[in-house]
Amino acid sequence: MLRQIEGSRAVAETVARCRPEVVCAYPISPQTHIIEAIGAMVKAGTLSPCEFINVESEFAAMSVSIGASATGARSYTATASQGLLFMLEAVYNASGLGLPIVMTLANRAIGAPINIWNDHSDAMAARDAGWIQLFAETNQEAADLHVQAFRLAEELSVPVMVCMDGFILTHAVEGIDVPEQRDVDDFLPPYEPRHVLDPQHPTSIGAMVGPEAFTEVRYLSHLRQLDALELIPDLAARFAAAFGRDSGGLVHEYRTEDAATVVVAMGSVLGTIKDAVDRRRDAGDRVGVVGITTFRPFPFDAVRRALRGAETVIVVEKAFSVGFGGVLSTDVAMATHDQSLSLRTVIAGLGGRAILQDSLETLLVDGVQGRLDGVTFLGLDHDIVDRERQRIASQRRSGSTAENILGDLGVVASRIA
Amino acid sequence: MNRALGVGVVPRQREGGQSMFQVRIHGRGGQGVVTAAELLSMAAFAEGRFSQAFPSFGSERTGAPVVSFCRIDDRPIRSREPVIVPNALVIQDVTLLHQVDLFAGFPDDGYLLINTSKNFEELGLGEFVRRFDSRRLRTCPATELAQEHLGRPLPNAALLGGFAALTGQITLEAIQAAIRERFSAVAGERNAAAAAAAYQLVNETTEEFSHASTD
Repeated sequence: MLRQIEGSRAVAETVARCRPEVVCAYPISPQTHIIEAIGAMVKAGTLSPCEFINVESEFAAMSVSIGASATGARSYTATASQGLLFMLEAVYNASGLGLPIVMTLANRAIGAPINIWNDHSDAMAARDAGWIQLFAETNQEAADLHVQAFRLAEELSVPVMVCMDGFILTHAVEGIDVPEQRDVDDFLPPYEPRHVLDPQHPTSIGAMVGPEAFTEVRYLSHLRQLDALELIPDLAARFAAAFGRDSGGLVHEYRTEDAATVVVAMGSVLGTIKDAVDRRRDAGDRVGVVGITTFRPFPFDAVRRALRGAETVIVVEKAFSVGFGGVLSTDVAMATHDQSLSLRTVIAGLGGRAILQDSLETLLVDGVQGRLDGVTFLGLDHDIVDRERQRIASQRRSGSTAENILGDLGVVASRIA
Repeated sequence: MNRALGVGVVPRQREGGQSMFQVRIHGRGGQGVVTAAELLSMAAFAEGRFSQAFPSFGSERTGAPVVSFCRIDDRPIRSREPVIVPNALVIQDVTLLHQVDLFAGFPDDGYLLINTSKNFEELGLGEFVRRFDSRRLRTCPATELAQEHLGRPLPNAALLGGFAALTGQITLEAIQAAIRERFSAVAGERNAAAAAAAYQLVNETTEEFSHASTD
């Protein structure tokens, strides 16, 4: 049933309908309402049997998830930003041990300077941790992806991170159809683990593996992720058949037929990009957009197919590798290395900077007319940059860059856009 | 929809023939700014329209400037940008006039609703508002109405009643239903009553205006 509810609420209800047996989290910022709502459901007895464990840190949250999952319990947690970084060692352990934990990542920037707003820096920091990473475009997709994530994780024994834009999706109230319990039960069979820690039959997991076998263990993890490239579209198709809507999959194309200029992006910004694409199509430009839903494993073939007709590809990404450039751009470049196209990177939306339809339309026009640089920082205020560069050049003790800029601007987050 | 008493019921046409109505609500932490946008979106949803509400994202602190947004449309809403050009601007706290660029992007044909017991001249906005369509500008003593009906100075629900009367984008009944769904029985009834009182007040001033303009 379609209801007008907050994204976090929809995800919490959906996760509850996936019948997790252990949910653990560290309930402090940067946490979303998801954990708060699930905690309330466990306390009220509406989510049962389920143990909600309040842990003392994100590191403990992932560690307890690992322990719970190793005993055969369906395990879930959620985090964001610094919280993900704090648990990162255990995040690698979860995948290395092949434990099918599902975690929501409410994407946020990483400090310093302190910034609680949305971008994809956190997901990129965990890019190589061996988890499957799925990016939701809408709150409906965020909810739906969790149902698919548990099944995907458990079929392959690989943990799955469902990435949804912090604030932009988690705090937005819109019409969302939370998957019904009966349908979720039909779609998601009970968890049947490949190995279980059981005091009656003691075994150990996570033992030391030396140079003689470490490569093989890692290679097998790689193969499992490659298997996911087959399974993810299959699950999306089954989901569409069962629930009557398209959610998940590897990539989504929009108006790419005959498109000479194609934008590639992930997450909620795709909605605004589609509006911009429609406007430019009305003006006669042959433009389209490809949304990457599955970022890890990276769907090279699907991306290559989606971009086969493109002459210019503009990768709009909410994260970047300092001293290098775009992260997603690198993957797209590898996927299209044998295609003759011009690849442009646009870094946008860092630390919550609003991405406006007008600036996206301008980007599209510049892309169509071949005026885009290799890397563009969308909406960069050159005056602020120049002023700080002058300070640095003019005196040795020029102070902290972030504080200097705050001093120039006066206030934090004072603008609407 | 009950638009008989409202003014300016024609939604602004966007280029491309789409009719989206965009609302920006300014207030301070603790005044229910985010809740107001959510209630408005729930009311629009209940009337069979597509709607999206979201806050300006910041550290939530009592008294700090807060902005929330609501979009209402007849088709699914994909945009995730903040509302830059609002069809309607609701200002819950007049002390923000000197602190925040409240009127950023406000178009000449926009609707403006300010929570105050003063008029625009007394607020020092007399000169400023002359370039706008005066039928779409109203002040409403929502804090006083809330104090009267709730016993607490929470203006958000009352302002939504005023919004319904001013813009005709939503019915008072839908606003009241959303309020009752969100709050407990007693608080729901009291807020619904405050919304009705504000609806009435804004309608009366609208009628006064239309009489005055025909004289």
